[in-house]
Amino acid sequence: MSFLIYLINGLSLGSIYAIIALGYTMVYGIAKMLNFAHGDFIMVGCYVIFTICSTLSGNTFVGIIAAIILCTLLGVTTEKVAYKPLRGAASPLAVLITAIGVSYFLENLALLIFGADIKSFSSVVSWQGLSFAGGDLKIQGVTIITILSSVVILIVLQLFIHKTKEGQAMLAVAEDKGAAMLMGINVNKTISLTFAIGSALAAIAGALLCSAYPSLSPYLGAMPGIKAFVAAVFGGIGSIPGAMIGGLVLGIVEILSRTYISSQLSDAIVFGILIVVLLVKPTGLLGKKIQEKV
Amino acid sequence: MKLLQVNNLSIAFGGLRAVDDFSLEIEKGELYGLIGPNGAGKTTVFNLLTGVYKPNEGIIRLDGEDITRKNTIEINHSGIARTFQNIRLFHQMSVIDNVKVGLTERFKYSGIEGVLHVGRYRKMEKEMDEEAMKLLKVFDLDSERDTLASNLPYGKQRKLEIARAMATSPKLLLLDEPAAGMNPNETAELMDTIALVRKEFGMTILLIEHDMKLVSGICEKLTVLNFGRVLKQGETKEVLSDPEVIKAYLGE
Amino acid sequence: MAAKKRLRDNLITYGIVIALYLIMEILMKTGNLSSHLKGLLVPMTYYAIIAVALNLCVGILGELSIGHCGFMCIGAFSSAVFSKLTQNNIPTAPRFFLAFVIGIAFAALFGFLIGIPVLRLKGDYLAIVTLAFGEIIKNVINAIYFGVDSKGPHISMNNVMELGMEPDGQVVINGAMGITGTPRDANFTIAIVVLLLSLFVVLNLMNSRDGRAIMAVRDNSIAAESAGINVTRYKMMAFTISAAIAGAAGVLFSHNITSLTATSQYFGYNASIMILVYVVLGGIGNIRGSVIAAAILYLLPEMLRGLNTYRMLIYSIVLIVMMLFNWAPAAVQWRQKVAHKFIKRNA
Repeated sequence: MSFLIYLINGLSLGSIYAIIALGYTMVYGIAKMLNFAHGDFIMVGCYVIFTICSTLSGNTFVGIIAAIILCTLLGVTTEKVAYKPLRGAASPLAVLITAIGVSYFLENLALLIFGADIKSFSSVVSWQGLSFAGGDLKIQGVTIITILSSVVILIVLQLFIHKTKEGQAMLAVAEDKGAAMLMGINVNKTISLTFAIGSALAAIAGALLCSAYPSLSPYLGAMPGIKAFVAAVFGGIGSIPGAMIGGLVLGIVEILSRTYISSQLSDAIVFGILIVVLLVKPTGLLGKKIQEKV
Repeated sequence: MKLLQVNNLSIAFGGLRAVDDFSLEIEKGELYGLIGPNGAGKTTVFNLLTGVYKPNEGIIRLDGEDITRKNTIEINHSGIARTFQNIRLFHQMSVIDNVKVGLTERFKYSGIEGVLHVGRYRKMEKEMDEEAMKLLKVFDLDSERDTLASNLPYGKQRKLEIARAMATSPKLLLLDEPAAGMNPNETAELMDTIALVRKEFGMTILLIEHDMKLVSGICEKLTVLNFGRVLKQGETKEVLSDPEVIKAYLGE
Repeated sequence: MAAKKRLRDNLITYGIVIALYLIMEILMKTGNLSSHLKGLLVPMTYYAIIAVALNLCVGILGELSIGHCGFMCIGAFSSAVFSKLTQNNIPTAPRFFLAFVIGIAFAALFGFLIGIPVLRLKGDYLAIVTLAFGEIIKNVINAIYFGVDSKGPHISMNNVMELGMEPDGQVVINGAMGITGTPRDANFTIAIVVLLLSLFVVLNLMNSRDGRAIMAVRDNSIAAESAGINVTRYKMMAFTISAAIAGAAGVLFSHNITSLTATSQYFGYNASIMILVYVVLGGIGNIRGSVIAAAILYLLPEMLRGLNTYRMLIYSIVLIVMMLFNWAPAAVQWRQKVAHKFIKRNA
């Protein structure tokens, strides 16, 4: 029975990774850049909810909506100000380092405003959850909501990408920016939209992450951000179902190895699995094979 | 004496037989042309000859040695060098360093000697410089020795690529559309260069080309490829006057 | 002619390092250097060394690594274990020399072993796997318990009790508590010598047959192969040398402090990224630039300590603005236009 509980906890953590990874993978697929600041968008989302819930209105729903709006704006603005000017730069490293700069900036801004001390966060989910097997198997409300959210997000995203014009434009830009432009697609708008969606997902992930692990610090987004990126690579970067699978596998492996093997080594195991997968499939589980034409 | 002997070479990508039952013989010292419409499989033949792809069937012999299963590096060491349709230079390196990379396997000294600049280092580097300059002179690039490869004008980039290939002292030189993107003047100059390479080094050359003037001007023999298969093979004049070849090129 | 220019360039690079050393030494001797700043000299130098190592990997080999601090970590721990065990048996000078040999050898060995799988990958996939290896090294070292007694070495991955040590033994690596009591053998002079040696190796390599082959692989691996260059061999060579030099930086790291722990702050991916920032701002492939950028950027936030909470915020803004100014195509064009005007006016 305890194994089942750990498995469900893993699924829940994995769902959070998956939601972050979806944003990561979309941005990477379209802008072809590693947005290192993506994890920090999560942190911004958390602080927004925290501020609104504890000071202004106290209404969780308002907090979440505000976080989504703010993160979306932040994502779009960051892209416009810091990343877009570097499109076509001589080295792809330029935009990577700039993203690192943005990450430092957000972390230190949060440090300045909220201080380094860890703030406790009250869960956005007040529902107590379900009990099964006469109370032996309790599943917390936040766990259920997290897993459900990730499923809903995946379905909505898939529908959006395959059924709407904007989604099709995204696929076209991801495939070939130049050709998409010739087809009359507004590439700048499409990239902005992608950043908007990715950042909104980061805000949602933030709300869920801080509900499951209720402590806030300016660096809280960094490690989940990296893990989610690992998940995206694991699943095949650019692939939406890949990001989902990658996130879930990573979350489950992390929780199970922390429980059954060693809490010290759980991260090492997660990274080890990534390495093995990439050695067998160099572009991830569902990634497209790329071969340079001679 | 046959330098290159290719028997019944075939490769398929998925269902498409890109090259089908391809055979070719080149004598030492010959200048041989491989022509055909776009998508006929010419570059695929080059990629098979240089080990980029492994054939499904067939045998490739260079100077009597079976090189069919060798990889690109080994094939270069056996004696085939090539240029590329889309120029592939070491663009952040100087002109002379591009050629010296081609000399890497011919002038050896150990890594330790290289890092400490002792032992054979000085002597070998000097010899490499001389050899490289000799090659650059042939291609009229000696005045550009310290220019960054990416800063060379287009025509000179093509020449540098040939010079680099020659630096590996091949027995057979493969040129993939050397005149692509050149104006008539540059093409004429290139024809002179190719003629010079033959004269200076007695080189055997196989080239892919679209420019019919170039082909008929310098090639002794031709093979025409169409849909991966050999359409016609033989003396240049004969092949170019063949009605089937004309049809493949000009349509009905 | 080009060879002469290259030699002059290299001499300028060594000259800058020596000048920096002399200035710092004079300031120290005349008592013009605060003890805080004195304490920064060795770290500044080992960061310059690891920046040179990373530039060999990123700029010369052309493969992005974000796990180089992992190799520094291996160099630091392997040499610290050696020095701690032998500090009563071998005199300082030969011991510290051997510590370098061991730290460099271990880092090179791991560089080689990790290079085998990593260098089969490309681009961002390669980068994320270097990050993964860096994190694994840090995590595994944090879980190691290692001790030596009269019966020989003992090792455990769980806790110190499991070592089952005799009373005469000593615990060398105590899990996440790391190694304490490493002799503090490092000083600024030795660090500068190691930096000069690292520069010597990398600059000479670049100007040799192997170095040219490595750069050829970077510029166009397909063309390199068709010119008979063994791509895998040269990738491995560059990666291993790069790891070895990072290991040397690690030896200086562990012999400059008494208590060594494998924390994220020094050995995690964030630390590796910080080094990458030095390399990119100093110029990718520009070895001298890496040294200068590492020195300035390491000291900058430390000098800004007076501004305290604002310093990292300022640092991050400076970083973003510098990247945009240096690399944005629009900025590059604008700079060229201004330079052109300037030249015309002076002509």
